[in-house]
Amino acid sequence: MSDETHIPTDPEVAKAAADADPPEDNRWKDAVREIFSASPWVAVGALVLAFVVGSIMIAFTDSRVQEVSAWFFQRPGDTFSALGSAIGRAYSQLFQGAVFNVAFAERGGFLEGIRPLMSTLTSATPLIAAGLGVAVSFRAGMFNIGGRGQMIFAAIAAGWLGYVWSGLPFPLLLIICVVAGVLAGALWSGLAGFLKAKTGAHEVIATIMLNYIAFYFLQWLLMTPGMLRGVKGTPISNPVPDAAFPLLFGSRYTVSWAFVVSLAAVAFCWWLLNRSSMGFAFRAIGENPRAAKVAGINVERTMVVAMMVAGALVGLAGTQQALGVLASSGFGDAVDAGIGFDAITVALLGGSQPIGVLFAGLLFGAFQAGGRAMQAGARVDISIVAVIQSVIVLFIAAPPLVRAIFRLPQPSQAALARKADAKARAKAAKALAKSGSQDGTKESA
Amino acid sequence: MKRATKLAAIAGAAALLLSACGQAPPEDGASPTANDTAAAGGGTAVEGFKPCIVSDGGGFNDRSFNQSGLEGLQQAAGSLGVDYIQVQSASDTDFAPNIQNLLDQGCTFIVTIGFQLADATEQAAAANPDVNFAIVDNDSSAKGLDNLKSLVFNTAEAAFMAGYLSAGVSETGVVGTFGGQNFPTVSIFMDGFAQGVDHYNEVHGTSVRVVGWDREAQDGSFTGAFQANEQARQTAQTIIDQNVDILLPVGGPIYQSAMAAINDSGRDILLLGVDQDFFVTDPTTAPILLTSILKDIVVAVNDATMEAGAGNFSASTYVGTLENGGVGLAPFHDLADRVPAELSSEVDQLKADIIAGKITVESYLNQ
Repeated sequence: MSDETHIPTDPEVAKAAADADPPEDNRWKDAVREIFSASPWVAVGALVLAFVVGSIMIAFTDSRVQEVSAWFFQRPGDTFSALGSAIGRAYSQLFQGAVFNVAFAERGGFLEGIRPLMSTLTSATPLIAAGLGVAVSFRAGMFNIGGRGQMIFAAIAAGWLGYVWSGLPFPLLLIICVVAGVLAGALWSGLAGFLKAKTGAHEVIATIMLNYIAFYFLQWLLMTPGMLRGVKGTPISNPVPDAAFPLLFGSRYTVSWAFVVSLAAVAFCWWLLNRSSMGFAFRAIGENPRAAKVAGINVERTMVVAMMVAGALVGLAGTQQALGVLASSGFGDAVDAGIGFDAITVALLGGSQPIGVLFAGLLFGAFQAGGRAMQAGARVDISIVAVIQSVIVLFIAAPPLVRAIFRLPQPSQAALARKADAKARAKAAKALAKSGSQDGTKESA
Repeated sequence: MKRATKLAAIAGAAALLLSACGQAPPEDGASPTANDTAAAGGGTAVEGFKPCIVSDGGGFNDRSFNQSGLEGLQQAAGSLGVDYIQVQSASDTDFAPNIQNLLDQGCTFIVTIGFQLADATEQAAAANPDVNFAIVDNDSSAKGLDNLKSLVFNTAEAAFMAGYLSAGVSETGVVGTFGGQNFPTVSIFMDGFAQGVDHYNEVHGTSVRVVGWDREAQDGSFTGAFQANEQARQTAQTIIDQNVDILLPVGGPIYQSAMAAINDSGRDILLLGVDQDFFVTDPTTAPILLTSILKDIVVAVNDATMEAGAGNFSASTYVGTLENGGVGLAPFHDLADRVPAELSSEVDQLKADIIAGKITVESYLNQ
């Protein structure tokens, strides 16, 4: 940030960027790429470790464990059984709150028993949509932290139209509101993409700042009579029952058609990224913008479009909030419910692949539903769930980041190949030595 | 992986060692857990009574209504000798599922905190006629549900007394207020305060001004959130700069920002507390605390829970007033010598007049 007032032109920016970014120092970019394309095994490993960390925290915050550990040396068995029962109870409640509850099933049959699973699907609905948005922007080489702002603008558009046009017939109003919300998200995100493409403003900074603008704009709308402010004088928007997503399986479950829309979004993203020429352009500028430019791709235009698609998907999540779980109550300034940021974790855990995002979204939905049940049933603080989620991020993101910060060498493809080669040779030698007198086994190294 | 496990084990062992020198209880008598202790305490509650509470997004350590509500429920559960469940909402989408989880846990009396939970509470009450509900700071009586009690507080009455008092104590002739966000449960303090100042001016022929609240427009200075942040400090600063010497910040922890601004100014500015007696809850305020406008959520929730626990639940709306002690003015504590005896007795008379209906304090609750 210089004190000079002249605005740098495009070539200057490019030159400055080139100067500041010598070819050998791509470590940050590499680190981010590595983080967001974590292999499924890394994800599973991180998940297991997160549960271990969660167990430790549950154990040490449990009042019974604290009590009996006072006489640990006299009767250590007490402590271990208390540890076991605290952890067991917590995770059993987590599972029963997220998938299947035996007590419900005994009371009301199988359909009642899977009520927690349906609650998981409800919680997963916006996480999947927003996770897809973050994943798409990442595949195009951009980091969309603006989920909150995009969701807020989508909710404003959907919630406002849903109220003022509440006389329209059922499917029409819903469709109009969803389209409006998706467009609002796309435009808000496209703004960040436009700033990046035209001025070189980093999308991380731009999207974070746009979050604040959206948040305060929503607060103002909620505070101003005649805008979004509810008829009761409280800062909650008016309910939009006419524009709500209908429930999928009747009133027993909370899951609505919004979930089906999320599934459709997964299919769309899979097609977009893997089968369409637009998706190819996204991935090309994500992998190497210079090469993409040489290959004739309009990098700037593709950037804007990629951010708009990402914003549309995140906007869908905002619409699902406003017209889904919050349709009957109206929404306040926390309509995003942190999903804009959770979506980053979901995209990360899903390796930025649509199918991966689907499963990561379902898992995080299960965490939310199960965490609530764990709080009510096992008296475990709901923050434990946040810890588990954060530890997952930590284990996936930390190794590449630590390498980038301390300029440690990347385990590059060449090194990995060498390692694999050496391993194979050692194996072959071993096999050869072992087979000895036997008929020489043909190693396939 | 192996190393990580080892580290975790070492950390765990160390933590245990630090506290592992106590005496074990006899083998047969299983040590009482918190729940058992509670169960041993009393037995006045109806069979199977299980009180539960849901917070709003602020959480139970908000130094405001969530915390007070929980305290009230804990007191009642303790004296009834029953177990209770508390659940915290992390976001707006948690409200309905949290209430559902409590219903699934077999709760028979559920307290919800704040107007944000109004819709979720009303729906749950309608769908579960066998379970009783109470909601703090929201009037749901219009729904006509006979298993939902509203607990609201006419804090304007106590704020009126504080306004009158402040107008009498102020030396600059300017008093100020600001809030977290402009909605009824916040603005009721500011509006009552301004009415009290007006009343003082009428009685004494003075012209003390209120900064930060406009009665005509029903709008004033707001920080936008219930957080002690830079925004709150600047808002307080702006008001102080208008020669204010008594300040009423309304909204959870924003008084901390007001204190910072007061200290920065280096002037002799007094603070008014809200909800609870700041002299007790935050003794650091004592040197500048004139008084606090009390809103006794603890007692209201405690009473409602005790009633329900004794099988006498009633859905009639509870309105905290000066008369029933639901709202009030705290003692002057360290600053008692700043209040002339005459003014002090006038304020006491004011309380009697408001209770007797000789003076009417306007608020959204009696429109």
